Amino acid sequence: MKLFKSKRQAGLIASPYMAWAFIFIVVPLCMVIYYGFTDSAGRFTFDNVATIMKPGYFKALVRSIELALISTLVCFILSYPLGMILAGMKLKKNAYIVTLFILPMWMNFLLRTLTWMTLLEGKGVINTVLEFFHLPTISIINTPSAIVLGMVYNFLPFMILPIYNALNRIDENVINAARDLGANTLQTFLRIILPLSLPGILSGITMVFIPALTTFAISTMLGGSKILLIGNIIEQEFTQLYDWHLGSGLSIVLMIFILINMIVEAIYDSEGGMRR
Amino acid sequence: MSKDLITLEHISKSYDGQLILDDLSLSIYENSFVTLLGPSGCGKTTTLRIIGGFEKPDQGRVVFDNQDITNLAPNKRQLNTVFQKYALFTHMTIAENIAFGLKIKNKPDSYIRDKIRYALKLVNLEGFENRMPDSLSGGQQQRIAIARAIVNEPKVLLLDEPLGALDLKMRQDMQYELKRLKEELGITFIYVTHDQEEALTMSDHIVVMNQGYIQQEGSPEKIYNEPENAFVADFIGDSNIIRATMIRDELVEILGAKFACVDKGFGENKPVDVVIRPEDVELVSPDEGTISGVVTGLTFKGVHYEMDVEANGYEWLVHSTRLSEVGTHVGIKVYPFNIQIMNVPASEDEEAISETV
Amino acid sequence: MKKVLTRIYLIIILIFMYAPIFTLIVLSFNSSKSRARWGGFTLGWYINLLSDEAVASALINTLTIAVLATIFSTIIGTFTCIAMIGLSPKLRSVIMGITNIPMINADIVTGISLMLLFRFLHLSSGFSTILLAHITFNIPFVMLSVMPRVKNLNFYVYEAALDLGANPAYAFTKTILPDIIPGIVSGALMAFTMSLDDFIITYFTKGSGFETLSTLIYNEVKRGIQPEIYALSAIIFVVVLALLLIVYRAPQAKSKEK
Repeated sequence: MKLFKSKRQAGLIASPYMAWAFIFIVVPLCMVIYYGFTDSAGRFTFDNVATIMKPGYFKALVRSIELALISTLVCFILSYPLGMILAGMKLKKNAYIVTLFILPMWMNFLLRTLTWMTLLEGKGVINTVLEFFHLPTISIINTPSAIVLGMVYNFLPFMILPIYNALNRIDENVINAARDLGANTLQTFLRIILPLSLPGILSGITMVFIPALTTFAISTMLGGSKILLIGNIIEQEFTQLYDWHLGSGLSIVLMIFILINMIVEAIYDSEGGMRR
Repeated sequence: MSKDLITLEHISKSYDGQLILDDLSLSIYENSFVTLLGPSGCGKTTTLRIIGGFEKPDQGRVVFDNQDITNLAPNKRQLNTVFQKYALFTHMTIAENIAFGLKIKNKPDSYIRDKIRYALKLVNLEGFENRMPDSLSGGQQQRIAIARAIVNEPKVLLLDEPLGALDLKMRQDMQYELKRLKEELGITFIYVTHDQEEALTMSDHIVVMNQGYIQQEGSPEKIYNEPENAFVADFIGDSNIIRATMIRDELVEILGAKFACVDKGFGENKPVDVVIRPEDVELVSPDEGTISGVVTGLTFKGVHYEMDVEANGYEWLVHSTRLSEVGTHVGIKVYPFNIQIMNVPASEDEEAISETV
Repeated sequence: MKKVLTRIYLIIILIFMYAPIFTLIVLSFNSSKSRARWGGFTLGWYINLLSDEAVASALINTLTIAVLATIFSTIIGTFTCIAMIGLSPKLRSVIMGITNIPMINADIVTGISLMLLFRFLHLSSGFSTILLAHITFNIPFVMLSVMPRVKNLNFYVYEAALDLGANPAYAFTKTILPDIIPGIVSGALMAFTMSLDDFIITYFTKGSGFETLSTLIYNEVKRGIQPEIYALSAIIFVVVLALLLIVYRAPQAKSKEK
């Protein structure tokens, strides 16, 4: 490449970012790991990480995983048919319609969550409407259901977008070829469309599961103070109890889940790559 | 050889109010290599997609082996398609691609294995079973697409511009390959292309299309030597198309000079179009020619020279192995059997067709 | 039949997405403080909101940080992407790997890691720490959208410009830059919206007494929702809608001219 006189010149231009990334990405992460594996006296310990096995903490972790999984599943079930419909429209104004479905993403995250507080409250909008029609009222505010609802509402666009993109990329003739070779609609879907959209599904799952697993704002706002998720506990350790060692230890546990997620995706990628 | 396998009856199709095919009727014989030839947007691909079942005609019927298949889904038709840009399944190995149709039909594993080996041998890609489509060159992917289609033993293979994405050398190799395959398989090929050379090389039967109409159909020799109208003459190879007057049977006046020809039955003193292929124009000394002119352009083309000759107000295109330098005065002579007479378009429709040329 | 079903499905999802937002907008005009009763139309909450100094300063903070973070991250991200082509593949993959960390990692971990760093460096939390944090998580988004453009660059055009007598700087601005501008613009837009929308990372790096819109809303919500917040939501929604319409209309109008 003739753009640079030498590798050195290119390195010089890249160096501010390399320094930045080292100071603001690598070092902070190392600090989390350092705090996570030391006690207040600076001695090495597994205690902080192991705290996750204590009843209260473990329960919060299990509940977080549970709610995140349910939310991810609901998002997937809602998004896949939507992605198929949108990709099947093949209109020029398609992009316009797609934007309609991801537009709420640009609305402030807290305001999106706040709307559901207003709707679900005991004397909130939904119950007022139900009462007006003499229907039984609902009381799901401050329950796990409300948290799931909040997660789905907030993260749905993150699932719609990658699935839609993956489905939209499939060449129409590839689907025609499957039909041509004798596959019926169901066989075409299971053997061609679904596997080809798998990368989109996986990235959608990551983009919903990780924020759902680690959120503390949604659970604070829609779960009241009773339902603690692992995010709430970490937040409290840092902002109220000032136990950075324990907070960091629990964050390491979260990072392990993120790592597992990455590995799963990498395995899928390399499977495709190896056969290639 | 002469049994009708597929018949299209009065097919019409339009998209967004634009007519793509207008009352098209066509018969395709069993065991023939038929090419639908025409410029882009002429309706040839739509015709193929209607036969394949990917489009439904607005009007008309598709008859296959004496059965009406107009409304039959593509997966129920006894024909297979080789798509433009191949449409291979990128998430499957080559073997899985080829086995796709057979697995759907629940064929036994041993049968499938044999078929894969046979098909790969047929397209000269033995040992490619476990490769992924992305790792293959365009020509190789093309062969796999063909292999994937033919293992299902279709009665008809539809090919939609299959060589369009290949380079020239590869395209020429594949032309012979396809001809050989056709011979070996003994099935009907319906081939869509905009490349007249491809059509002339491979086909038994060419259907020239433009603007949703069939302009002419016949053997490659007939299409080339006896084009029925100016569109066909111009689309198939280079030609000199000149407005002329038919004085009487076997005599035509071209650019003010009288030429003997072999055609009869056009009437007396009737306007006609004449087609003279550039290789049929003989350059002689000025006094020997029927008309004379000056060489104005010269290009060396390898096998021959291409020359432009200005004579009687028309720029003649001439192919010859004998060189005449620019500025030379030459005479033009054409043998009677090399002059092809065509009716001047009479209806407005035909006029529209020739205007687009 | 199938068409009707798909229509119904699309409408149900749209209602799920937009009905809550429209409820908020309606409530922002409700003169009763109660969510349950319609007390008549009022613009009072909007007037209260506009005269609220805390909201005004939070809004200014949010916009200042978003604009500055966008400018810095776009410049750093773009130059790094261009420099990448001159680096060895090994170094390139190391840089990309590190760049991916903030995108893959949970915001809460990124937030607390930066908080630990700032405490360690004894930086007083507030405007500067939030800005540093925002630049850090914005650069990956810029690089993500500039990188594909850089990879598809045609360097022969650059060399042709040099061959025709242009100096490297001129050749760069005339050949390379125009090709990657679309990537830079969409990267900058992405960075700007990410910055505006961020709550979690800001929350951990802000310190006390300094608020952005997100943290202000969070505090308010914990204290109980005031109708002014509805007015704020309505304004933000309308602004977002207007911005998107402008962004989408602009290229359409251009293509029509052609």
